[in-house]
Amino acid sequence: MSDSPVAVEQAHGPELLHHFADPEQQRAAASLGMWLFLATEIMFFGGMFCAYLVYRRWYFAEFAASSRTLDIWLGTINTIVLICSSLTVALGVRAAQMGKRKLLVVLLILTLIFGLAFLGIKGKEWSDKFHEHHIPGPQFDAGEIQLNGHPVDARSAQIFFSLYFAMTGMHALHMIIGVFMFVILTWYAWKGRFNQRYYTPVENCGLYWHFVDIIWIYLFPLLYLIDRKK
Amino acid sequence: MSSVAITPEREHYLNKEYGISSWLLTTDHKRIALLYLVSITFFFFIGGFFALLIRLELLTPAGDLVQADTYNKLFTMHGQTMIFFFLIPSIPAVLGNFLVPMMIGAKDLAFPRINLLSWYLYIIAGIIYLHCILTGGVDVGWTFYTPLSSGFSNTKVIEAGVAVFINGFSSILTGLNFVVTIHRMRAPGMTWSRLPLFIWSHYATSIIMLLGTPVLAITLLLVVFERAFGLGIFDPTRGGDPLLFQHLFWFYSHPAVYIMILPSMGVISEVVPCFSRKRIFGYHFVALASIAIAVIGFLVWAHHMFVAGMSLYAALIFSLLSYLVAVPSAIKVFNWTATMYKGSISFSTPMLYAFGFIGLFTMGGLTGLFLAALGIDVHVTDTYFVIAHFHYIMVGGAVMGYLAGMHFWWPKISGRIYPEGWGRLAALIVFIGFNLTFFPQFVLGYVGMPRRYWQYSQEFQVLNVLSTAGSTVLAVGYLLPMVYFLWSMRYGKLADDNPWNATGLEWRTASPPPTYNFDETPVVTWEAYDYENMPLPQEVTLER
Repeated sequence: MSDSPVAVEQAHGPELLHHFADPEQQRAAASLGMWLFLATEIMFFGGMFCAYLVYRRWYFAEFAASSRTLDIWLGTINTIVLICSSLTVALGVRAAQMGKRKLLVVLLILTLIFGLAFLGIKGKEWSDKFHEHHIPGPQFDAGEIQLNGHPVDARSAQIFFSLYFAMTGMHALHMIIGVFMFVILTWYAWKGRFNQRYYTPVENCGLYWHFVDIIWIYLFPLLYLIDRKK
Repeated sequence: MSSVAITPEREHYLNKEYGISSWLLTTDHKRIALLYLVSITFFFFIGGFFALLIRLELLTPAGDLVQADTYNKLFTMHGQTMIFFFLIPSIPAVLGNFLVPMMIGAKDLAFPRINLLSWYLYIIAGIIYLHCILTGGVDVGWTFYTPLSSGFSNTKVIEAGVAVFINGFSSILTGLNFVVTIHRMRAPGMTWSRLPLFIWSHYATSIIMLLGTPVLAITLLLVVFERAFGLGIFDPTRGGDPLLFQHLFWFYSHPAVYIMILPSMGVISEVVPCFSRKRIFGYHFVALASIAIAVIGFLVWAHHMFVAGMSLYAALIFSLLSYLVAVPSAIKVFNWTATMYKGSISFSTPMLYAFGFIGLFTMGGLTGLFLAALGIDVHVTDTYFVIAHFHYIMVGGAVMGYLAGMHFWWPKISGRIYPEGWGRLAALIVFIGFNLTFFPQFVLGYVGMPRRYWQYSQEFQVLNVLSTAGSTVLAVGYLLPMVYFLWSMRYGKLADDNPWNATGLEWRTASPPPTYNFDETPVVTWEAYDYENMPLPQEVTLER
C-alpha cells in the first residue's frame, strides 16, 4: 500500500500520474470521465432536439417545405464522409492498441482529412443558404419556398432555419474542436507517445469523434429528409 | 497548546510551497478548494451588497432610494450572483473539493488539472459577470425569461448569459471529477455502504450537475443567438414559444435547487452523528434519499409554471411529482432527528448550525408543499411567499449547512481552532437575523405583496421594516465568521488531527493534511459513523 509517488513512477511508465495506484485505475478513470462527458453532450444537444420536436409538430408542412431547399446531395456526401472518418478512427484505435505507430499516424491524418472535407462541404452549404437569404434575422426571405403552390409562412420557415443553423452550427463547432484534438493527437502519435500499454487518449478522442458522428446521423434525416417524396 | 510551537514545523499542503504561482498553478485539490473559498466569498459579499440595497429600498413604501430600472437590476444581479457564483459552487467546490478525495482515502481527485481548469472557468465567468455589473448591469431577473431577455431588455443580457454559460462548464467539470473519483479512486475496503453520507450527497449533486447544466447552457446560448443574430426560437412574434424556454430553463433550474441543498444535507449528515456521538439512524435510507432526490428532482420542473398557461393535466402530474420529492427530504429530516434521540449531544458551533438547518429546511420544505398545490400556488405565485420559501431553502438550508461545514472542517483546513464562543454567538445571530428577515415575508406574500416591485402599498410597511432590520442582523452574523476565521489562521489554537473525535477518514490524517493527504493509503475495515465502537484515540480537546 505504501506507494510513494517516486516508487510508482519507477515501477510504471512516466504516463502514470502520481495520484493513481496503477495504470488500470488511471485508464478506467479516464474512460469513465469521457463517457460521462458524452452524457453531458447528449443533454446539451438534447435541448435543441427537444425544440426541434415541438416546432416540427407545430409547423410540419413548413418544415417539410424548408427541408426540401437543403441540398440533399451535399448532405448525403457529407454523411458518407463522416462515416468513413469514423471507420478510420476505429481502425486508428486498433492500431494504437497494437502499437503500430506509422499506421496510427496515417489513419489519424486520414480522419483529419475527412473531418476537414466535411467542414468544407458544410461551409459550401451555408454559403448557399446565405445567398438565398435563408439565414434567420432581418434579411431572412422565404420568398421562393413553396407549399402547395403558395409561398410558405415566413415565420415558421425561419424557425426551421433557426434550428438548422443552431444544430448544424453546434455540430460543426464540435467538429472543429475535434479537428484540433486530432491534430494534437497526431503529433503525439508521431512522437511515439502511445504503445500497447498506454493508448487511452486515442481511445477517448475516438469516442468523442464517434459521438459527433452520431449526432450527425440524427441531424441528417431530421433536417434533410423530413418529407422528400414530393 | 503553546508548547507545540517549539517543535519543528511539519510539512503540509499549506507550507509546502509559497508564492503566487504555487497557488495559481496548483493541481492539489485542497489548494483549489481554498482558491474557490476566496472567490466565492468575494461574490457572496457582492450578492449580499445587492441584497442590502434591495432591503434598504423596501424600508419605505415609496420608491425613493432607487428607481424601478435600478431596482430591476438589483434583484437580477443579487439572484444571479448568489445562485451561479456563490450557492452552486459553495459546498461542492470548497468543502467537496477539499474533502471528497480525503473521505474516500484518495490522494487527489481523478483529474487534478481539470479541477484547476474548472476554477479558471469560474474566474473567467466571474470577470465577465463583474464587467457586466460595472458597465450597466442586467435587469431580466435571474430567470432570463423570454421575450424580455431576447428582445425587449436593453441591458447587458448577452454578457450575463455568456458568463452563466461559461460558469456552467465549471460546474459540469466539478461534477464529472466527483463522479469519476467516487467510482474509481476509493481506498481498499471503502465499499459503497461504507462511504460517508457527505460522499453520497455529492454523488447525487454531481449527477444533477452533469445532466442538468448542459440543458441550461444550450438554452442560454439560444437566447444569446436570438438576441445577437435574430434566431426566432423563443420569440412569439417570430413564431417561437416562450413556454418552451421556461420548460428548458426550469429543467435545469429546479434540479439546481438540489445542487444547492444536497451538499448541505451531506454536511448535516456528518455533523449530527459526530455531535450526538451516535451512529446515523438508517444509513441506507439517508444515502438512497440523496439519489431519490436527484432522480425525482428532474421530474418536477414545471411546478414553476403553473400559471404560465400549461395544460391542466400536465400541471396535475407535476404537482403530484412535486409532493413525491418531499418524501426523501422528509426521510432525511426524520433520520437526523432519530440520530439525536438519546444521543450525547453537545452544542458546539457546527451542531448549532445543524439545528438551524433542520428547523429552517423543514419550514422551507413544508411551504414548498403549499406551492406544489395547484390552488394555493395560484394565490401566492410571484408574491413574497415564494421569496420567503426559497430563501428558507437556499439561505436557511444551503448557507446554514455551508457554515456548519466550514466550522466543522475548519480545524482540518487551517490546522487551527476558531474561537468557540464567537462561533456560537455568530450561529445565534445568523439564526435570529435570518428568521427576522424572511419570516415576515411569508406573511407579506400571503396577504398579497408581489415580488419584484420597488414600491408597495402603505399597509405592508411594518413587516418590511422588520425584514430590513433582520437583514442587517444577518449581515453581522455573516461578517463575524469571516473575521474570526481570518483571526484564527494566525492566533487560533493549533488543532489536533481529530479535534471532534469524528470517525471519517479525513480525521485520520494530520491537520492540515500533507499534500498527498495520507502518508500511507488507508485500508478501511469499519463502517461509517461507527461512534459506538470506534476506540477514542485521544481526549476531546474542546470544551463541550
